[in-house]
Amino acid sequence: MKPRDLTDLALRNLREALLRNALTTLGVAVGVASLVAMLSLGVGLQQLAAKRLSQSGLFDTIFVTPKNAFRGMGRPQRDPDADKPGRSLNDTARREFEALPNVIEVYPQVRFFTEIRFNNRPYAAVVAGMPDSSRNSGAFDGMQGTFFSSAAANEAILQIEFAKDLSDKPSSLLGQELVLRYAERQALPSTAANNDASANPGESSGGGFSVVPKELHLKIVGIVETEPAAGYGGYGNARLLMPLATASTLRAAQVNDLRDIVHDSGPAKTTYASLSVRAKSPSQVEALEATIKKMGFNVFSLLDASKSLRTFFTVFDSLLGIFGCLALAVATLGIVNTLVMAILERRREIGVLKALGAADADVQQLFFVEAGVMGFFGGVFGVLLGWMLGRAVTIGTNLYLQRQNLNPIELSYVPWWLTISGLVFAVLVSLAAGLYPASRAAKLNPVDALRYE
Amino acid sequence: MPTADPAIQLDRVSRHYAMGDTSVRAVNEVSLSVANNEFLALLGSSGSGKSTLLNLIAGLDRPTSGSIIARGRNLASLSSLELARYRCHTIGMIFQSFNLLPRMTLEENVELPLRLAEVDRAERPARVREALEHVRLTHRIGHRPTQLSGGEQQRVAIARALVNRPKILLADEPTGNLDTATGEAILALLRELQSQLGMTIVMVTHERPLAEAFADHLATMGDGKLLSTFAVKGVPQ
Repeated sequence: MKPRDLTDLALRNLREALLRNALTTLGVAVGVASLVAMLSLGVGLQQLAAKRLSQSGLFDTIFVTPKNAFRGMGRPQRDPDADKPGRSLNDTARREFEALPNVIEVYPQVRFFTEIRFNNRPYAAVVAGMPDSSRNSGAFDGMQGTFFSSAAANEAILQIEFAKDLSDKPSSLLGQELVLRYAERQALPSTAANNDASANPGESSGGGFSVVPKELHLKIVGIVETEPAAGYGGYGNARLLMPLATASTLRAAQVNDLRDIVHDSGPAKTTYASLSVRAKSPSQVEALEATIKKMGFNVFSLLDASKSLRTFFTVFDSLLGIFGCLALAVATLGIVNTLVMAILERRREIGVLKALGAADADVQQLFFVEAGVMGFFGGVFGVLLGWMLGRAVTIGTNLYLQRQNLNPIELSYVPWWLTISGLVFAVLVSLAAGLYPASRAAKLNPVDALRYE
Repeated sequence: MPTADPAIQLDRVSRHYAMGDTSVRAVNEVSLSVANNEFLALLGSSGSGKSTLLNLIAGLDRPTSGSIIARGRNLASLSSLELARYRCHTIGMIFQSFNLLPRMTLEENVELPLRLAEVDRAERPARVREALEHVRLTHRIGHRPTQLSGGEQQRVAIARALVNRPKILLADEPTGNLDTATGEAILALLRELQSQLGMTIVMVTHERPLAEAFADHLATMGDGKLLSTFAVKGVPQ
């Protein structure tokens, strides 16, 4: 029989026992829905994690430190080039990095621990400078207030927990002023002449420096959930963010300054504790990392961490998929049962078909198509139902998060591949479920079938 | 009138069934020849083996021994698929209980063999109409079998059996569920179609008067054996 005739007959047969076939199809739909809902949660969580990490700027950023610097994040590093001489992380190196292909920007990390006064009360906090490029990275999407009005504005963005420390109503802080008290480095008179007049943050003076307390008034313009690239660099999460250009001019004493005095006993020069090199996209990070490493620096990116994350979510999704499949397995039993019942009911009809010239394969294909049609519709409804379940979980979670004063999240996500896979899987599983009934129907003896009352 | 070449040739055909430890000989060493365009009636009491023999000729069952040659083809040598094609293209079958599919209209019932024969969709409506014209039921084309009388249902079954233009029509008690007058009308129709279309008819019946009225030859069976064959209005052969 031609495929179109087979489909016509199969649909007609399915319509004859509409309720039973609809219930069987619903069983498949519930099975597919559980599978899709589970996987959509897995995918949603993965995307959420990936988005957060991507917004943090960690995946397109390479952190470069001199070879004689600390071993970064406490991770043991097995560097094959360890025996090669290290280079100083100075302006020359910075320019070399900037000249590398696929590099968007290179900036130093300005991060220091200091005191902040608000309403005449002191608060201890880590302050970090944010490059102006962060404005468009997506890291500050959904923040309260606005990003810095300019690259060198005297403005601050507070981390939400810090804002809660300052006020019971964090949003009321927007527009208010706070005072940043910090320790400014000033070159000692004997070495001042050797210092670069336009010293950059993180610079150290080979001959030492003195520390002078200073104050700076900052206007609070925004409140953010967490610091992008939080804690990276090893000095803890920043609770106050300010424009990098503004932070650089402060010449605030940083953690590595004392180390630099010890290490750099030579003539005064501009060196950096670390430089952040931003690639055009995360896919270029690996190549850039290798290049910079060859140039004689220590590098670190979260590329390895992202790989581990992918592995984790692959395992996680597989487990969710297995649980989802259990419901589908039960649904396949429903298909087998429905089709076996159909064989009993349509025994005589099968006999008539064979007497009229239907081959065993025709009868087999007819039952196959019926199983496939139930699988297809079950798949379509199942994907829809799974999506709705995912939405329901997301809405429920967001209601809870809202009550906890937390930002809403997209907990579930049904990508196109999951839609297609759910559909294909439903059809394949249904066809597999139809194997036995179809084979049994095909093997029916037409003489016995015609006698059947 | 029958021609000399046989349409169906049965040579010592047997069909045995195992029933526990015993073997039932439903058809036992039957040899029979049915000529082209002949109307043969197989007579016999219940359990005489006439329906089994008809199923063997139809290719629905295979003989335990012996050979069946239908229009030059030995059915014993055909594969399952070839037998299905034989039933589709060479044979038309009608049954005592009509065996129409109740959920389909007359048109769809008659179209069913065309679907199985993979006849082009564009060609089918005309073929269906032509078959229904033969049995004078075109005006009921959109009706369902349950809306028809028994005689009308059997006429639809005949249309369905003829739609693929078979050379052999096999009828298993076609008048069994009909009153005498309707039965006669059905057999008259079969006879009329036979002369119009030219085909061999083998009919199983236990109604001797009807068989004698319409068949060319009668074959009588008992206990699986062929007891006698003779031409109607003639001397037993």
